[in-house]
Amino acid sequence: MSPRRFRGGIHPPDHKEKTRGGSSARIGVPERIVLPMVQHLGTPCVPAVEAGDVVERGQVVGRAEAMVSAPIHSPVAGTVIAVTETLTATGARVPAVEIAPEAEQDWDRFVPLEDAEVVHTVRAAGIVGLGGAAFPSAVKLTPPQDMPVSTVILNGCECEPYLTCDHRTMLERPGRVVAGGRIIAEAVGASRTVIGIEANKFDAVDTMRSAAGGSAEVCVLPAHYPQGAEKQLIRSVLGIEVPHGKLPAATGALVHNVSTAAAIADAVEDRRPLMERVMTVTGHVARPGNYLVPIGTLVSDVLAAAGGTVGEVARVIVGGPMTGMPLAGLDVPVVKATGGIVVFAQGEVAPAVLGDQPCIRCARCVAACPMWLEPYVIGIHANRRDWDATERYHAIDCIECGCCSYVCPTSRPLVQLIRRAKHMLMERGSKL
Amino acid sequence: MSETAPTSLPWVAAAPHIASKRSCRGIMLWVVVALLPTTGWAVWNMGSVAAWLLATCIGSAMGTEWLWNRIARRPQTLGDGSALVTGLLLALTLPPRTPLWMAVAGGIVAIALAKMLFGGLGWNLFNPALVGRAFISISWIGVLAGVRPFPGGWYNALDVPGTGDLDAITGATRLAIAAADRAADGAYGVDLTHYYAPLFFRNLEGSLGEVSAALLLFGGALLIVKGIIDWRIPVGYVGTVAVLSWAFGSDPVFNVLAGGLLLGAFFMATDYVTSPMTPLGRLLFGCGCGLFNVVGRFYGPMPESTTFAILFMNGLVPLIDRWLSPRTYGWGRGDA
Ligand code: SF4
Ligand code: SF4
Repeated sequence: MSPRRFRGGIHPPDHKEKTRGGSSARIGVPERIVLPMVQHLGTPCVPAVEAGDVVERGQVVGRAEAMVSAPIHSPVAGTVIAVTETLTATGARVPAVEIAPEAEQDWDRFVPLEDAEVVHTVRAAGIVGLGGAAFPSAVKLTPPQDMPVSTVILNGCECEPYLTCDHRTMLERPGRVVAGGRIIAEAVGASRTVIGIEANKFDAVDTMRSAAGGSAEVCVLPAHYPQGAEKQLIRSVLGIEVPHGKLPAATGALVHNVSTAAAIADAVEDRRPLMERVMTVTGHVARPGNYLVPIGTLVSDVLAAAGGTVGEVARVIVGGPMTGMPLAGLDVPVVKATGGIVVFAQGEVAPAVLGDQPCIRCARCVAACPMWLEPYVIGIHANRRDWDATERYHAIDCIECGCCSYVCPTSRPLVQLIRRAKHMLMERGSKL
Repeated sequence: MSETAPTSLPWVAAAPHIASKRSCRGIMLWVVVALLPTTGWAVWNMGSVAAWLLATCIGSAMGTEWLWNRIARRPQTLGDGSALVTGLLLALTLPPRTPLWMAVAGGIVAIALAKMLFGGLGWNLFNPALVGRAFISISWIGVLAGVRPFPGGWYNALDVPGTGDLDAITGATRLAIAAADRAADGAYGVDLTHYYAPLFFRNLEGSLGEVSAALLLFGGALLIVKGIIDWRIPVGYVGTVAVLSWAFGSDPVFNVLAGGLLLGAFFMATDYVTSPMTPLGRLLFGCGCGLFNVVGRFYGPMPESTTFAILFMNGLVPLIDRWLSPRTYGWGRGDA
């Protein structure tokens, strides 16, 4: 079956050239590590250490006490300074464990995970969706009984502009990605594994093809945002849609990010918990590139490791420019799902729009919406607080990809308006 | 450790953090650029009358918008460029000797009545320039009919058989000549193929915007290539006109080239605010404009039916949009 392009989406300039070439380097030992107890979707972790405790690299410092949760491990050997609170990139204040790392670290040593079967291992390793979703991976490995998984799709699209960490992972650790895919497929009993890669990463396509051999198909997809969004990816690879209100598993497909797959292989084959990750540091920094960063490192320290920011900074975001979080300050830690830090100068960022801009009915948002919604209508009704009307236009199906806002010539804040409508509708009990 | 990094950041706004470069003003300026060859050629051939008409329409449209915002104590909106486009388009729909007081009135009606009264840019149901033009043509049919054909117009010199008589009857455009000939079952023996060349390159009867079909096609093509307008509207429009005129036994090429049709198809019917939001809707809209344009031409009271064909279809846009509202991903018929 040849892949089909999903209808909608956009082609923003990708700005990946600065970072896709160099291999990922480990950053130096940061002065402190701040591990928020919420780095995943689901129940927060409970601190498992106290101030003054000496911790080893790989030791659990945040216990997961619920099904939908993921434990947190110290990425360094060091001393717990405090069990405290921290601001996160989302602006939330959450419980956190703060650690002073020892100046010298042996990165090859860590407390190995206990032997257990695959799903338990993945859970104990604290692995979450590294593509940004941060959903605990172990939960996805136990799909509902009535929804058998036939196809595992490894998501190597990395459609967000600027980010190249998945690209580098595929180039640098293709064997681990393939192994992770095999582990996932065996765990859920899938017969087919497809690695979806956007056509702009031709080197990754070749690398993954030879690494996969016959064990997985590499599916080359058009470079097109949001190709890597779960619903759009399933549609492109399998040609089917995830029905409204159903889990993607209802289509028999299970999507995992390639970096997540590599982390799963690390956990199962090396008994290695998730302690660090590759992230793209780019934009106006002295040394843009991909860096291997201990989770819990402060954004300011990551930027310093990349040589610091250059010139006048307008905005710093974590994640990609289409869906990432703007930072109010740089003293927040990176978390498991942080795929990148992008530093923007003035003039590169979308203008901050004041006041209500008119919709000139240019239909660009309608053409760009990958969920085939009519963002302009939802926006107008959300402005009027006519939530019933936003429901009729299926606001709830919006995946908040940002395409509509991106294309709008009058810079209407469409995603924010639609997100508002979604909140109101969910409060009323509408189901996703 | 990070002395180069600021600790607090001045701009914090929600995702997406990047935006396409295409702005409302940019789009409007492209429309103006696409109309420049036509406008320039009109002024070159018709001289200061055309220039005055252009200046008056644009001034009237922009002045009305400025005054409206001023009186309503709303922020000024001239910067979005849409009043400029409305004024320019209005001028291009008028014949060169249109009295300037009429042009002023047209500009006022276009902006005040057709746009600002509806709530400003984006809220109007009908194309403002066409409302202005319709207002003028309905209110002052007699006056406009009395506007003398522009001296030097080719059709006097062309010596097409029969046109001498027709001149006396209609004193107007080639379209009117063709209509009269049709009405008389071809008694005048007008050979429409003789009109191709002047209509295409240099035509001084009719409105400013009818001065050259070639330049309109160039401007329209530019807008399509630049992604400003959707090809479906002009193609549906022109295609329908060509096919239907052929079916009605008339000359399709002449019917496409003559009158305000190309100006309407490429620059009026494609107005974002007053055209449908989906690709299929736009094709349908274009075909509908073409249908009513031809029907108006052949059966209506006036051969110049472009204005009313488009205005009529403008009125149907909300229905078309509701009817062709896209199916949401994951809803109803899937590809599964
Ligand atoms: S409406 Fe939602 S899904 Fe559609 S383009 Fe906008 S953000 Fe994306
Ligand atoms: S992109 Fe903006 S101006 Fe265009 S239709 Fe959508 S909301 Fe309206």
